Amino acid sequence: MTELLIKNGFVFDPINKINGEKMDIAIKDGKIVSRVSSKAQVIDASGLTVMPGGVDIHTHIAGGEVNTGRIIRPDDHVKDVERKTAMTRSGTGYSIPSTFTTGYRYSRMGYTTVMNPSMAPLEAKHTHEELNDIPLLDKATYPLLGDWWFVLENLAKGNIEECAKHVAWMLDITKGYAIKIVNPGGLESWGFGHNVHSIDDQVANFCITPREIICGLAKVNALLNLPHSIHLHTNNLGLPGNYTTTLDTMKALESVPYNGKPVGHITHLQFASFAGDGWAHFQSASEEISNYINAHNHLTFDMGQVIFTDTTTMTADGPFEFSLYELGGHNKWVNSDIETETSGGIIPFHYKKNSPVNALQWSIGLELALLIKDPWKMFMTTDHPNGGPFFAYPRVLAWLYSKKAREATLKHCNKKAQKKSLLPTIDREMTLYEIAIMTRAGQAKALGLPNKGQLGVGADADIAIFNISPEKLDIAQKFRTARKAFKHAAYTIKDGKVVVKDGEVVDNTTPGRTMWLDVQTKNPCVIDEEMRLKFKQYWTIEYDNYPVFDHYLRVPEKLTIKASV
Amino acid sequence: MIILIPKRKFEVPVQAACINPDVFKGKDTTEIAKLPVTEGNRNLKLGDLFEIHEDSLETPYITINGDAGKVKRIGQAMKTGEIVVNGDCGMHTGEKMAGGKITVNGNIGGWSGDDMKGGLIEVHGDAGDYLASPYRGTATGMKGGLIIIDGKVGSDVGCYLHGGVLKIAGGAGRFLGYHMSNGAILVDKDVDTRAGACMTGGKIVITGTIPEVMPTFTIDSVKPKVKIDDTQSVNGPFYMFLGDLAEHGTGKIFVSKANNPQLKTYEKYL
Repeated sequence: MTELLIKNGFVFDPINKINGEKMDIAIKDGKIVSRVSSKAQVIDASGLTVMPGGVDIHTHIAGGEVNTGRIIRPDDHVKDVERKTAMTRSGTGYSIPSTFTTGYRYSRMGYTTVMNPSMAPLEAKHTHEELNDIPLLDKATYPLLGDWWFVLENLAKGNIEECAKHVAWMLDITKGYAIKIVNPGGLESWGFGHNVHSIDDQVANFCITPREIICGLAKVNALLNLPHSIHLHTNNLGLPGNYTTTLDTMKALESVPYNGKPVGHITHLQFASFAGDGWAHFQSASEEISNYINAHNHLTFDMGQVIFTDTTTMTADGPFEFSLYELGGHNKWVNSDIETETSGGIIPFHYKKNSPVNALQWSIGLELALLIKDPWKMFMTTDHPNGGPFFAYPRVLAWLYSKKAREATLKHCNKKAQKKSLLPTIDREMTLYEIAIMTRAGQAKALGLPNKGQLGVGADADIAIFNISPEKLDIAQKFRTARKAFKHAAYTIKDGKVVVKDGEVVDNTTPGRTMWLDVQTKNPCVIDEEMRLKFKQYWTIEYDNYPVFDHYLRVPEKLTIKASV
Repeated sequence: MIILIPKRKFEVPVQAACINPDVFKGKDTTEIAKLPVTEGNRNLKLGDLFEIHEDSLETPYITINGDAGKVKRIGQAMKTGEIVVNGDCGMHTGEKMAGGKITVNGNIGGWSGDDMKGGLIEVHGDAGDYLASPYRGTATGMKGGLIIIDGKVGSDVGCYLHGGVLKIAGGAGRFLGYHMSNGAILVDKDVDTRAGACMTGGKIVITGTIPEVMPTFTIDSVKPKVKIDDTQSVNGPFYMFLGDLAEHGTGKIFVSKANNPQLKTYEKYL
């Protein structure tokens, strides 16, 4: 029985509507309680900011493509080596840190829960092996189901309930958490050298359109009562003029019944908000997109902010990676078709301030975050490592809470991009309360994790304490001081244990849990002979070797959900 | 001048990036003796492995007398000064070197002059594989400077070369100038197969022999003479090949006409 008392901190807990109040937080046995005994260990947080532990809704930290990215980038590792310490293991960065380093770096920034958004079901075992090795964080992963043959076949027949049963089974055998959809229809077409270019294009070999896949899976999501909504990477991602596709997708999802819980999460919105009819006439569509979002409530989003650095892009969107290969000067690259499930692509990419396109991309991400009025809809991510590595989050935060920080970066950007940027016209500077929503509370709420992202009694004792005194420090003016504080948390507390102190990892006994959904349908999916035969015909492995069994997860946390089918 | 003498024969690799005039500058021998090195997996001080003396001569700045064949990264990232090694020298010598001079009176290990940006490496002996190459995974290797090798070199020499000049008096192994995009390589003796594979720019001049030119190169003309750098031109005649066409490359390979009669068949395409 361990007890901990965090005294006199300025607490920002948006879910419980606490905005910078000076108060104590009591912790007992890894949970937040109303009070503790006098024997409790005390952390004096006077003059410090206390927030729930950070939650990241979208970060590629494990799995086949991440590891292939590591393999092709020794040049990335050599510039960022972490030495072993008494508490931590050695590792490397930069854009694709090794597993242990990923855990340490997130934890040093006050993060406690992260979501791996892209897992080909065939690579589920590999993904879980890597997640097992990421310490100090609670994790979950989303299987890619938008181009999976069973889904396409059932949705093409209009058989939503059968599809729902398959999805429930799939979440069980891959130990997944949410339905991930990447370029729906496009990845299946890519296997045959094609792509889809609007949500009403026909998918090669299946009588179905991306619209039917997106809306069908959103309905499946509702039938299964999944905590998160569908997690959607839109069609035409990363291509000029794609904002119309994004608007069409958002409008299409209006057809899915909305009862107060978002029906979809559109991820890395920055990459889906491009206007212009070619790279030469590349424009920002942040106004059109944010106007729509401000008027509608059925969706949530994350930024996918670009950082000016050398990074490694990786996505299941093979055709998009091919266009990046063509655009980025024929760099080394990987592109693959993953059997009946998805595709994949990896290519190193350097976002440069002097590139008109990259500089405007940087601006678009921030414009979207600042123009979307409600922080509960728009979350902070870099789509790690696609927009930049996650440990650049403090820089993104600085651009959000300080106009001065934005101006300091914008003045070094390409002149053409500066002219097109809307940032000089935006005065909004986010408060610590809004930052807490964008980085923790909002993400936990969108993920349907009631015990995360908040500090109410009964919640998990995942807490971040930053060396920022809201009374003394004007973060908008002294943005560098605050940025440093967000980079090195004064304390990170995971399950009631101090794991980081003064920016250094002080615990090596917390592996973190892997959350997965056990969705209980009334009539579970039956693995009949026909399905086994399909595995024999179309997969490289037999069905019996396909599922991820419980023992694969080092610390599993099964979340049982009752479905309506 | 600082003189380093190995105290014993090294059995396992010694990492000694501190042997660099820029690092030694302003330090006396006791301070130099405390500089960190590793031998295998042990952290040691330079003074544990080398006897360190100082004499009154100004140049060269550092002299190593003895076998340093297991000593890696000598002169790493050096910008000024001169190092003379009287004996063999290990891998990664002159890595990321930006200026100054390294003279080796012996053989030099693999990956020497990798990522080099400027300066001069002169070797009165042979060199290993991957001379003047990039760090694994990067697409630009040596970007400037001059490397002169009196003996022969191994394979993959000058791969991803992006600038600077290599002058090799002996022969060269396979994949000479693999993926090079700029710069010049001169080889005076036999070159093994696949020279210039995937090259997109720059020039390779072979005054000795080559068994074949890759089929992805096309003959362009016969040139009487080729310029290597501002100080040197070599007289031919040379067959000039362009490629690598598989990479849409515009690199040039010059091969001595006199020493390669087997390439005469190409003349019908001129």
